[in-house]
Amino acid sequence: MDSPDADAAPRRSGFSLGRMLRDQLRNIAPFATLLILVGFFSFAAPAFATLGNLVNILQQASVTGIIAVGLTFVILTAEIDLSVGAIANATAIVLTFFTLQPDYVNIANIPLPGWLAIILALAACFGLGLVTAFGVTRIGIPSFIMTLAMMQIGAGISAVLVRGQIAYSVPSLVLTLGSKSLFGVPWIIIFTALLLAVAHFVLSYTRFGRYVYMVGGNREAAEYSGVNVRLIIGSVMTISAVCSGMAGMLGVAYFGSAQQNEFDTFLLDAIAAVVVGGTSLFGGRGGIGNTIVGLFVLGVLNNGLDYVKIDSFLKILIRGIILLVALVINIYAERLRATREVGS
Amino acid sequence: MAPPRLELTGVTKAFGGVHALRGVDFALRPGSIHGVAGENGAGKSTLMKIIAGVHAGDAGEMRIDGKPVHFRSTRDARAAGIGMVHQELSVAPDLTVAENVFLGSQPIGALGLVAWKRMAREAVAQLKNLGLEIDPRARLGDYPIGVQQLVELARVLFSGARIVILDEPTSALSPPEIARLFEVLRRVRTSGRSLVFISHFLDDILAISDEVSVFRNGSHVATAEVGPGIDKSWIIERMIGAGREELEESYLGDIALKSHPDAPIVLEARGLTLAPFYRDLSFVARAGEVLGVYGFMGCGQIELARTLFGKLKPESGALEMSGGVVRLANTTAGKRAGVGYVAESRRAMLFREEPIYRNVSIAFLEHVSRWLLKPSAERAQASTQTQRLGVRPPGVEARLGALSGGNQQKVALAKWLTRAPKVLVLAEPTRGMDVGAKEDVVRIVKSLAAEGMAVIVLSTEPETVLSLADRVLVMRKGELASEFKDCAISKDRLLAAA
Repeated sequence: MDSPDADAAPRRSGFSLGRMLRDQLRNIAPFATLLILVGFFSFAAPAFATLGNLVNILQQASVTGIIAVGLTFVILTAEIDLSVGAIANATAIVLTFFTLQPDYVNIANIPLPGWLAIILALAACFGLGLVTAFGVTRIGIPSFIMTLAMMQIGAGISAVLVRGQIAYSVPSLVLTLGSKSLFGVPWIIIFTALLLAVAHFVLSYTRFGRYVYMVGGNREAAEYSGVNVRLIIGSVMTISAVCSGMAGMLGVAYFGSAQQNEFDTFLLDAIAAVVVGGTSLFGGRGGIGNTIVGLFVLGVLNNGLDYVKIDSFLKILIRGIILLVALVINIYAERLRATREVGS
Repeated sequence: MAPPRLELTGVTKAFGGVHALRGVDFALRPGSIHGVAGENGAGKSTLMKIIAGVHAGDAGEMRIDGKPVHFRSTRDARAAGIGMVHQELSVAPDLTVAENVFLGSQPIGALGLVAWKRMAREAVAQLKNLGLEIDPRARLGDYPIGVQQLVELARVLFSGARIVILDEPTSALSPPEIARLFEVLRRVRTSGRSLVFISHFLDDILAISDEVSVFRNGSHVATAEVGPGIDKSWIIERMIGAGREELEESYLGDIALKSHPDAPIVLEARGLTLAPFYRDLSFVARAGEVLGVYGFMGCGQIELARTLFGKLKPESGALEMSGGVVRLANTTAGKRAGVGYVAESRRAMLFREEPIYRNVSIAFLEHVSRWLLKPSAERAQASTQTQRLGVRPPGVEARLGALSGGNQQKVALAKWLTRAPKVLVLAEPTRGMDVGAKEDVVRIVKSLAAEGMAVIVLSTEPETVLSLADRVLVMRKGELASEFKDCAISKDRLLAAA
């Protein structure tokens, strides 16, 4: 291969470290953050850097990770999904609603065979995703507002089905995937890793994945190239809902119970993982690789803060500050790119 | 004799080395209407922006009532009594008529609250001065565009403007609305104010102006009192320029149009209507023919182009392709029906951050790969097409943003060539390009037509249409005004028809 870049930009004078750092700020900053955090916690707490704790971190990050997979698709198209936590919760509760519960659980539920309960739960999150997709692409409600409404609807479905109670039983397949291990490796880690791998494959090697990036990069140009932009946006909203649903099901098995508002904190965590990882909030840049780094940053931070002596209430503030810094870097990286555009 | 209300002498302005104005003199008499004509890029809007304080001139002087003025901002210009009514109105359609008249200067009553009653009363008085009697409490957006324009004019006058610049005020108006606007303008003139009337519609300029000035290539070439001997052809002659030094595409002489009456019809529009953009358009496009559609900015041809690709849906009328009626639900349907489209702005067509090959393959990806991407086939196809069009530098891995404007335009064309469309719709295909790049595009488009494609070129630049078309349709305010085929055509005839 010849070097088209050198031909293309004659004004560019050779290799410049500064320019490369600026271009790659979006990818370098999250990785540097991760290394600094790991270094700091390993130094501050000897028990942090152990294999056992690595499994801990991965396990704790798994539910967030499954949600973050769907959100990566959404954010790559420059949309947002605020309903992920509520849809995870609703799906989990639909699953338990159709599963036989112990006698002391006072829910008027409808026990069905496990496979049927799983299918109904998947149908529930898929259906909720379709509603979001319809609202955003056909009616034209901005995704920010549409998913805010779906967040309330998801919470409402959860509330109506459990009526303030707590459910415990899930079908055995879900129980295995959520809380059992394979040769010492928790199934939930394997599931999340596989899902991340599949999503990476779809985004990088399929036509659909290309369209996701192109729609995020320039929606108007995609439309004027004959790409069905509505179909792509509708698909990513549905993918996000189904990922949230799966996270909800495995999460219930992992936590051991299903109740209202169980997944509320996962909305912020999942968005944080995608954005801290460096996927652009303006769409078209980033991907699953970035999300994985973001998940590690968040996972290490949550876990590590438990190892060092720190006020547990301060943890919340620290997470907020980390997210804010990531947002600043995200916007700053975009602006650097924009100024380079003008300059070149 | 009283000094001119506004006088400019030797005003010069350059943008990055390109001269937009070269030593322009301009004088506006008190209580008069001054028409300004000139082609796109002749310097009309730059001059008006200097008067309105948007730009500062590089050299030259400006005087109001004989006193020198220097505007550092639009606020300075407003304070000096200069107001502007733009082609794109800056009214707030969701606010009431009265609120629009007083936009930015609501009357305040006791306690610092808005004095609604006084505002309505004064708005009625203001509008009555212009001969307009409408409900001040009604939502402005519910009134037709002509009324909205008059309300904006009322606001400009109310804010104390003694010099009002009207930019293309008649382009969106129907004949009765124009008649009413002219009545209002005459009334304003009687009150001693001065008006500058910029327009592409020379008949309108001649109907309302006391004086007319013509601009060409950044220079003020002529001013005359409107009267006997000053007619449309007088203006057009001066807009185009007879003895020109610069030979850049003059198209003064006759160009013979050769239509292809026997070639099969590829696309037929019957009564296409989409209010308020265009009405009752019927035409055909034939294989192997370049059909030019010429019209001024805002005449509806951009909307027509988008309709042909499925981006906009017509309210009524039918589009037939290859003998059957097609309904294009979206741009994907347009592409499937065999239409290719290059939008009027490269920003809307291309992905600056992506490599060239992705910019090309996005239009035919479904034919290269069903599910999985086929990177080598994709690059090979993209490379074939960019080489065919001579994109420089060669190679498809570079970021699109690294290419020059002309080469980007070639990439926008190249993406349609792998699956040759039956109809290729090009909106403003040579806008903002240098002469060399323009010639490349002309050559490419002609060779595509020679291969049997029907090409439709829509443009507001007469040179673009004249250099490409085998047959020319002229659009005027959303309607087809005339058709040129099998005849000789020149720029002045085209301008006179629009």
